[in-house]
Amino acid sequence: MRKYARKMKRIYLDYAATTPAHPEVVKAMQSYYSNAFGNSSSIHSYGQETREAIEIARKKVAALINARSEEIIFTSGGTEADNLALKGIAYTSKDRGNHIITSSIEHHAVMETCDFLKEQGFRITCVPVDKYGLINPEDVKKAITDKTILISIMHANNEVGTIQPIAEIGKLAREADILFHTDAVQTVGHIPVDVNEIRADLLSTSAHKLYGPKGVGALYVRKGTKITSLLHGGEQENRRRAGTHNTPAIVGFGKAAELAQKELQHESKHLTSLRNKLINGLQKQVEHIYLNGHPTKRLPNNANIRVDFVEGEAMLLSLDLEGIAISTGSACSSSNLKPSHILTAIGLQPDQAHSSLRLSLGRETTEEDIGRVLEVLPQIIARLRAMSPLTKSSMQEKTNA
Amino acid sequence: MPNIWHQYSEKVMEHFENPHNVGEMENPDGIGHVGNPMCGDIMELYIRVKDNIITEAKFKTFGCGAAIATSSMVTEMVKGETVEEALKISNQAVAEALGGLPPVKMHCSVLAEEALRSAINDYLNKSKKED
Repeated sequence: MRKYARKMKRIYLDYAATTPAHPEVVKAMQSYYSNAFGNSSSIHSYGQETREAIEIARKKVAALINARSEEIIFTSGGTEADNLALKGIAYTSKDRGNHIITSSIEHHAVMETCDFLKEQGFRITCVPVDKYGLINPEDVKKAITDKTILISIMHANNEVGTIQPIAEIGKLAREADILFHTDAVQTVGHIPVDVNEIRADLLSTSAHKLYGPKGVGALYVRKGTKITSLLHGGEQENRRRAGTHNTPAIVGFGKAAELAQKELQHESKHLTSLRNKLINGLQKQVEHIYLNGHPTKRLPNNANIRVDFVEGEAMLLSLDLEGIAISTGSACSSSNLKPSHILTAIGLQPDQAHSSLRLSLGRETTEEDIGRVLEVLPQIIARLRAMSPLTKSSMQEKTNA
Repeated sequence: MPNIWHQYSEKVMEHFENPHNVGEMENPDGIGHVGNPMCGDIMELYIRVKDNIITEAKFKTFGCGAAIATSSMVTEMVKGETVEEALKISNQAVAEALGGLPPVKMHCSVLAEEALRSAINDYLNKSKKED
């Protein structure tokens, strides 16, 4: 691995990918590795104490989304939660129907699970999004057939940050007596999520996106909803998810959920203001920078920008050399070289998708960090634009027009 | 997305951070224009030829770190070569000169080779017309 050429404070702006565990979370987890290490299925006192710790954590996770404890199934993360929701409902409801409605901007955990189910004989309808990445609930409604068993629409998009009108979608699903699942991995702990308000029957969440540990997540399953287990071999989670509990991680998730509930309002306000400063600052300094996603219906911490005439990986690499960590919609490093399906779904041309950057802020982001990005990124863009064959012709075209 | 640049050699990083021969050329003898926006790389390569020898080469590239580094390297390699010798420069040779490229980035070296060939062919076509 290449060492950083210059010594400097590193700036992490990729909180949408993952967050650092909160020190209190780490502290809460510690004693469950070596002191209270019992198997929660054991009857003796060692088992008893981990069982209790898991149930306390379950209450905290449930409280964060206004659910009941017994409606929480702990999983290994968001991906498993999505897999369990889709496959679990598909298997359970296959006698009722074989049709699932989803969207064109879902996370791979939903998208590829739908691809798998398609191979198994299910029919998948992908509703489109507009240029802001917004789904029109009417499109969902129109896609419903008498064979529809599940609607799965994400709460907020991981790349462009657009927040979907899921309360409306939940309402129409309920009216049509169809189960509604939402992948809320990007929203739980960051904006208010209430399973009753959005009328979700299933909801996926992940601990490491909200300052909890990696390797743990949860699927909310509304009381009375039948779901087929993916993992067999134990009685854990009411036989809906076999496997010895990952007690330290579950305890950490509980702590993270508790902290998130306390800090959510303040944090979302703070991040929205920093985020806007970043976007406005860049647009003020640099020409031909555009915001991807919705201007207001977006995650507080998400800035996804299109920097015309420059390729994303080159910007990412240049920023990384300055100690600034971000992410890009360019797929110059992936084997198929295709840009992100989300960016193409909102109507970006391939070169525009390759020119997109995602900067996602978090709890530890400071005014100074944003100031440093505003100082460094425009220089990087200028350097790369001077090298780009697209710069001159496009700028001329725009001037002539 | 994997952190691909941690697989980049020092040489690739050098050429990415300080690329050689960047820019356009006034009245070049040959221009190569290759790549497409779909795969995220576009290269323009310009050459000046005197007495069958490439005396100068410049480039402009829209692309990732490897695309910029291979553009820089190929324009270095071609200088001082005869047109015939320059046509023999392969993508492998460009990658090797950079101390190797990660497998998923080999297409960038292919693009560099194509850009060079396209510039030379442009030169050859133009000189035929003048004859």
